[in-house]
Amino acid sequence: QKVSVEVLDHLEHLALVDFRDSEGVERLQKAIEFADQLHEVNTDGVEPMDSVLEDRCLYLREDDVTEGNCTKELLENAREKVEEYFVAPPGNIPLPKMDEQETFLKGS
Amino acid sequence: LAPWIPVVGLEIHAQISSNSKLFSGSQVQFAAPPNSLVSFFDASLPGTLPVLNRRCVEAAVMTGLALNCSINKKSLFDRKHYFYADLPAGYQITQQRVPIAVNGSLSYSLCIDNKMSQMVTKTVRIKQIQLEQDSGKSLHDDTRSQTLVDLNRAGVGLMEVVMEPDMCCGEEAAAAVRELQLILQTLGSSQAVMAEGQLRVDANVSVHHPGEPYGVRTEVKNINSIRFLAKAVDYEIQRQIEELENGGTILNETRAFDSKLGCTVPMRDKEGKQDYRFMPEPNLPPLILYDAKSLPANMNHQQVINIDWIHERLPDLPSVKREKLVEQYGILPEHSFTLLNEDGLAEFFESVTKQTQMKPKKVIGWILNDLLSYLKQHSLTVKESPVSSFLLADLLNLLEKKEISSTAAKQVLAELWKGEGKTPLEIVKEQKLELLQDQKELEQICQAVIDGQENE
Repeated sequence: QKVSVEVLDHLEHLALVDFRDSEGVERLQKAIEFADQLHEVNTDGVEPMDSVLEDRCLYLREDDVTEGNCTKELLENAREKVEEYFVAPPGNIPLPKMDEQETFLKGS
Repeated sequence: LAPWIPVVGLEIHAQISSNSKLFSGSQVQFAAPPNSLVSFFDASLPGTLPVLNRRCVEAAVMTGLALNCSINKKSLFDRKHYFYADLPAGYQITQQRVPIAVNGSLSYSLCIDNKMSQMVTKTVRIKQIQLEQDSGKSLHDDTRSQTLVDLNRAGVGLMEVVMEPDMCCGEEAAAAVRELQLILQTLGSSQAVMAEGQLRVDANVSVHHPGEPYGVRTEVKNINSIRFLAKAVDYEIQRQIEELENGGTILNETRAFDSKLGCTVPMRDKEGKQDYRFMPEPNLPPLILYDAKSLPANMNHQQVINIDWIHERLPDLPSVKREKLVEQYGILPEHSFTLLNEDGLAEFFESVTKQTQMKPKKVIGWILNDLLSYLKQHSLTVKESPVSSFLLADLLNLLEKKEISSTAAKQVLAELWKGEGKTPLEIVKEQKLELLQDQKELEQICQAVIDGQENE
């Protein structure tokens, strides 16, 4: 079962990855096949484990102010700043649709 | 024309009243220099991890209990992914699979036909309450085509309260939110001031014909006050009805309420249906809460949250406070609503009642008609009242002892509003408002008036 072009395009938009070439898509395909082996195990009536931390105790912190006040340090990372604000584009710039971009997937 | 049934559900985000944020130790404060209340974790710098704030969990448990919810003794944290400049991590930590509280209810009251004397009680089901992070703030600078980002709010704890679509109009939505606001303020779990963004409401609206399935719903955002909530909901209901009656269709979209125009408009920046790629938050184990029965013997107290302990310490909720006021003072139910609706008014009323011989049933008239209307006229809060409970009680005592008439009392009150520091007795003497009780003196005055008339 091959992963459809639509799904690949959707993944590129969601995760901002670029499959770049057929090798990248092959690698994805193989990764899915590898993970699909999990379906061979019968998990009826078994509570899913979603974290190896499930038996750990979740530490609760006291409600004290212990951090912050490091505006200068944080802004050092900013390419652009205006009066202690980070600067970003006016809105999300959506990835061009498949037909408009220079993506390998176009040819698929 | 077949009748339309409007269906209204609400998603309410209440900022938790705490010193520090949900997963970090930076301060929670409304107005502060940009990016000054931001820790490395809030800015999503690599190598930082979330550490859960105990106070935020307690606030959510209190709120869940007050809303008759089942508290989940085990709840989980998840990541909700989307890209936006004010969400530096690229995901929000929330509780999508198993939230902290589920299946509650909220009772609220409405006046029928705008008559306070006819109140009806309604209930809305609470689907769930979940803990989640707030995002930072974006300031849009359209002239320079850029967005300025302030992360002070990023990571502040929120309780999302989801109300089932049990409401049918703007008035019901507004009344439900007002009651929730009062409950949150009574608990202290959130200050719930809408103007400061501590309480944000999104409405889900759809319409359908009786007997038919629910219609397509739209989500309405950008509602900044309870008054606008009622307007936005009612506008959207009308818009959908008109659209459908003209043969159009309703899109499952997000719309923004424009308070200046009083209408809803489609929101830009919505790229189709979002795929949030929910996944378990890998850095946080499940949140375990205990009750008296399940309390572990040898655990550090500071690490244990006992639901029963919190339950025992819940303050009287607004509905209970109202009942007590009615029972204790013999006032009408609608009076108790007004008393609780105004911050500090119930306390003022009780204080006056303690200091005067006048019956509470009479005092309430002075509080609701004279005091409250004056405060409203001058946009003052009860705390800012130039007339203290002591002064008002003093005045009412003069009236009760029949030393002045009620007309004179109103005159004295008007003088007291000036806040010049005079006592009621001083004003009475100044303006000669004392009731004359002496029979002879009254006869003399009447005679003088009659004599005066005869001479004309």
